[in-house]
Amino acid sequence: MTTLATVFEKARAENRAALVGYLPAGFPTIDGAIAAATAMVEAGCDVIEIGLPYSDPLMDGPTIQDAVHRALENGTRIADVMRTVEGVAKSGAATLVMTYWNPIDRYGVERFARELADAGGVGTITPDLTPEEAGPWREASAAAGIDTVFLVAPSSTEERIGVVADCCTGFVYAASLMGVTGARESVGQAAEGLVKRTRPHAKVPVCVGLGVGTGSQAAEVAAYADGVIVGSAFIRRLLDAPNEQEGLRAVRELAAELAEGVRR
Amino acid sequence: MSISEGTLITPADFTGAGSGGDVSERGKFGVFGGRFVPEALIPALDEVAAEYEKARTDLAFIREFDHLLRTYAGRPTTITEVPRFAEQAGGARILLKREDLTHTGAHKINNVLGQALLTKRLGKSRVIAETGAGQHGVATATAAALMGLECVIYMGAVDCERQALNVARMKLLGARVVPVTNGSQTLKDAINEAFRDWVTNVDSTHYLFGTVAGPYPFPGIVRDFARIIGVEARRQVLELTGKLPDAVCAAVGGGSNAIGIMHAFIPDEGVQLHGYEAGGRGLESGEHALTLTAGSIGVLHGSRTYVLQDDEGQTVESHSISAGLDYPGVGPEHAWLKDSGRATYHGITDAEAMEAFALLARTEGIIPAIESSHALAGALKLGRDLGPDATILVNLSGRGDKDMGTAMKYFNL
Repeated sequence: MTTLATVFEKARAENRAALVGYLPAGFPTIDGAIAAATAMVEAGCDVIEIGLPYSDPLMDGPTIQDAVHRALENGTRIADVMRTVEGVAKSGAATLVMTYWNPIDRYGVERFARELADAGGVGTITPDLTPEEAGPWREASAAAGIDTVFLVAPSSTEERIGVVADCCTGFVYAASLMGVTGARESVGQAAEGLVKRTRPHAKVPVCVGLGVGTGSQAAEVAAYADGVIVGSAFIRRLLDAPNEQEGLRAVRELAAELAEGVRR
Repeated sequence: MSISEGTLITPADFTGAGSGGDVSERGKFGVFGGRFVPEALIPALDEVAAEYEKARTDLAFIREFDHLLRTYAGRPTTITEVPRFAEQAGGARILLKREDLTHTGAHKINNVLGQALLTKRLGKSRVIAETGAGQHGVATATAAALMGLECVIYMGAVDCERQALNVARMKLLGARVVPVTNGSQTLKDAINEAFRDWVTNVDSTHYLFGTVAGPYPFPGIVRDFARIIGVEARRQVLELTGKLPDAVCAAVGGGSNAIGIMHAFIPDEGVQLHGYEAGGRGLESGEHALTLTAGSIGVLHGSRTYVLQDDEGQTVESHSISAGLDYPGVGPEHAWLKDSGRATYHGITDAEAMEAFALLARTEGIIPAIESSHALAGALKLGRDLGPDATILVNLSGRGDKDMGTAMKYFNL
């Protein structure tokens, strides 16, 4: 199993940022997501976030909403998410689950943490779990030996960044802009400043996500962040592909472009 | 500075005997409430909470709110005794709190005027809101027009269709209405979309939340602005009957009209509090909005509360003939009132609600909202249980004009 610490150590040794790719489990199909994520790893992703499809994704833009909706229509369950993590982890990437809080809450915090660790998962990103509410999850994660990643945003105060960064193991997720997920023309101007403000508080690497979708954007972000997170752009490739083979080719191509970007 | 005579509200009215949800408890009602939102929204929620804490003890703010309630919303609203309707309730005495007589025709105006004033204090120029039945949307568009604020309303596409009249009203009032086509295309999806707008435009925009759900500080703020309903009704019932009512009844979707009328009675131990949820086509049909009566504890739209969800935490779609009750969550204070035993919650089916809707129209000449008709149907049952000596106060939270399309279909009018 590859841990986040190993990934960032290796990237640092190569004097580059890590590349983090996101895909929801069950999209386009359960096996299709494993195949696509594996292709992304083969073409250069160091870390994979597997999204747990949820009925009310209130911080996601239209692209991820669409993919998640299809995954739920496909009947994707938490067991399928775990199976996806297991499949992707075999590819050698550090594999996390990104999920809204209610599915873990309902499933049971200890059970979820244990099953994720057993599947070879290295941690979770929980975008709507605030530090105030995170106590039980941090305990369960520590007991299972998995990391807990939380988000800071351009609107976060210094004090707030400190509180969030204290809860993060693995890395801190810096949201590049105020808004929902989705590729954009340019990465938010606020991202670099946010990373700078976060550094003094963070004991772990700081990665930037939201709005990154091209090799040159990846290069731009890699200049100041430890990792570059890309989600919607991969999904867009799969949504636009006429068939599964073309989809795999397209995500592979994007991963290669982004991997080149973080190495510039 | 003292409050002038003839005003409706005193600073004490704002908080009353609190059951939680205040700053000191970070918005917790027992284990319920709290904040489960993207970190990007935390500063905005903190800002709203801090400004509201200042406003609610600021006599100038209270006066301005009070002035609007009296001269614009039409408060105080009267209570009406309905003896012909009550004949079907075992002879119990039934009193209606007439929120249907407020400007815009529902209790929503109270919260909206308060939060629109708060928006101005926050220095923001744009408000967004979600709406189910369209009443909160109409009220928000009204307050925005009154105060010169830009206004965008998110409404499920299904709801836009069944409440077309309210969509037209909002547009006439100058609001932009955005039909939400994802998910179940009802209230819950409108809330998701409003949150997405807010996180993107938070610098200019206040999310004028319409019910006592959502993350802290919304449940407490909305409750405080709706609390006037019960404060007035308690005085009015005492004046009319010389004693407190035996029971207070209200419909519960998100729960704002119910908290509004119940809250002032929470310390009155002898007064039963009953909430009526939408039973839709019945519990067994699976097509209902029985969040408190048949749901389980979870997190939805930013707070811990009762939720209609499956075994893996996916929200289950709700159903009700009334758009305003068609919501798979509920305010955290109701969750707390349920678990503490202070209030009791029941289901009323579509059929029972429509029967009460028609009965009130025929016997008393009052056409209620279908939402409020759930409370009326509940009062009929409760009256039979409590007997002829009982006095029951019902929150007639809104009028039924907006529901005529549904009524025409249902009754073949």
